[in-house]
Amino acid sequence: MALREIISTGNDLAAIAAVDAGCRFFGGYPITPSSEVMHTISDLLPAVGGTAIQMEDEIAGVAAAIGAGMAGVRTMTATSGPGISLKAENLGLAQMAEVPLVVVDVMRGGPSTGLPTRVSQGDIRQSKNPSHGDYKSITLCAGNLAECYTEVVRAFNLADRFMQPVFVLLDETIGHMHGKAMIPTEEDVKAGIVPRKTFEGPAEEYFPYECAPDQPAVLNPMFKGYRYHFTGLHHDKKGFPTEEIETCRKLIQRLEDKVEMHKDELESYEEFHVEDAEILIVAYGSVSLAAKEAIRHLREAGIKAGLFRPITIWPSPAERMYELGKKIPKVLCVELNIGQYREEVQRAMSRLDIEGLFKVNGRPISPYEIVNKVKEL
Amino acid sequence: MAFNYDKYLRLEKMPTLWCWGCGDGVILKAFIRAVDKLGISRDDICVVSGIGCSGRFSSYVDFNTVHTTHGRTVAFATGIKLVNPDKYVVCVAGDGDALAIGGNHTIHGARRNIDMTLIIINNFIYGLTNSQTSPTTPQGMWTVSQKAGNIDPTFDACALGIAAGASFVARETMLDPKKLEKIFVKALEHKGFSYLDIISNCHVNLGRKNQMASAMENLQWIDKITMPKKKWDELSVEEQKNIFPTGILKEDKEAAEYCDLYAEIIKVHQGKRKPLTQNDFAKKI
Repeated sequence: MALREIISTGNDLAAIAAVDAGCRFFGGYPITPSSEVMHTISDLLPAVGGTAIQMEDEIAGVAAAIGAGMAGVRTMTATSGPGISLKAENLGLAQMAEVPLVVVDVMRGGPSTGLPTRVSQGDIRQSKNPSHGDYKSITLCAGNLAECYTEVVRAFNLADRFMQPVFVLLDETIGHMHGKAMIPTEEDVKAGIVPRKTFEGPAEEYFPYECAPDQPAVLNPMFKGYRYHFTGLHHDKKGFPTEEIETCRKLIQRLEDKVEMHKDELESYEEFHVEDAEILIVAYGSVSLAAKEAIRHLREAGIKAGLFRPITIWPSPAERMYELGKKIPKVLCVELNIGQYREEVQRAMSRLDIEGLFKVNGRPISPYEIVNKVKEL
Repeated sequence: MAFNYDKYLRLEKMPTLWCWGCGDGVILKAFIRAVDKLGISRDDICVVSGIGCSGRFSSYVDFNTVHTTHGRTVAFATGIKLVNPDKYVVCVAGDGDALAIGGNHTIHGARRNIDMTLIIINNFIYGLTNSQTSPTTPQGMWTVSQKAGNIDPTFDACALGIAAGASFVARETMLDPKKLEKIFVKALEHKGFSYLDIISNCHVNLGRKNQMASAMENLQWIDKITMPKKKWDELSVEEQKNIFPTGILKEDKEAAEYCDLYAEIIKVHQGKRKPLTQNDFAKKI
């Protein structure tokens, strides 16, 4: 794949990626530290004939974005933790009605207003279950500048493949990081676009929610002669509300299974010096950059440390973590929260002795702190 | 020949979920006749509804239809309209939907003057969830959440629409289906945000405990509290207080429409015109 060099920030790269990936609608609301995504995309979208709108609140931002998605357009919103809290109900509707959408979440300190301008990774759990009920979230996490671009591109394709919202987590450090990145060319990205499936047959034979138990709905664009119904209620094959017992059960089970049974299409992680590792650091997002630096120092000091970096956070690369957990004696989770992902690592590795280095004061974790922690173990 | 509604209805969804004698059916039929009169293709119109009795409106009409979350109708519709500026987008919301939980979206949809029609089916109560106070519930009425009498001041839906900047604001009641049909035609034809306060009855969940338990009593009450704008204008300020004027309350055909304005933004970013300045809006300011 051909690469191009770009000097940019994480937030800007997310916006550029969206437009390159075919996004033509953005609905948002200003919130630190994600606002630059909206600033940039509000210039880029009209230039290609798309629309970016700053709505009256976070709820409306995601609602407008989902509306455009229902109409059949690639669509995005960007926000931070407090915005996700507000958007949660409509994200649930997008899960239930199976509307593809990309949600860029640039994480800041929480809970509540928290530390608006400072870094955190506090939305790990939130991105798994922002709304009530059963469904299976897809969450990707950018670990460097280039991934602010590539993961947003991937998110659009996954949203159309699985017909549901896909989160891309950036953190404040990555979002505001400014530097050089090697990213795929626009042509390559365009060539890689896999649009959502549509039904081509006669309208009377079209049932958008009638699909195999492991497959997503097939939602045709609006205004094309295929009239059906979107609802957040339990619904039948045509999208109409129903309380029929089996239809209700099958629908919710399918929302789970369409992701669970195709996890292999989603799995993505990076391993760094894992082969001979005696201590495994699990880190993601900007923290993984500090972890890599720490591992270089530790290796120089003769300590065999390695990094496992999940890129697809949800569903987690649990099988791979289980394998690593079986053979590597010591595991350390380094996170800008109090172990939100350690819980998942413990589950995946089926072991409770996972060490933690956690920080929740809005400051980044330095390589030096990681080195010291590893030496203590 | 009697009008045949079948073409526009999802007949398999009949009978509706609405109570016997509910005005929502009258509104639905008038709306369908208006769509038919304008010759709008079923494929060129999207009806977006919220939560409540009015929320079911969207599932009964054979158009592109969306049943959204509580109060967010206009926000969802804004996304649909912006990516389809040449299509008809209609929001149907209840008084609680449009004026309480979704009040912010109602205000800003109207302010943007985006080309859509908002039909507020106003029955003065939360009907579907059994009689809680809505923003339009008259003061002193019994509700299940204010059994000692509603103390919350009554909201004038159209006053909000006018103040927020909707370019077409009107009120009609389900008592006169012909007028309803006409106002729907006008609203659909109007380029800009058409804001309709359509008064309906809920003898079951408003009337039962407020001395109008039959549909007829509820309708008589609606007749009492409404009056054509012309007659209403002749009343004293004191008399006007408890009466809602009906008919077209505001019509501004010159107001810039949001999708049209956004088309100018596209031109700016495509280098086809200079950025907009305050002077471009001098007339409005």
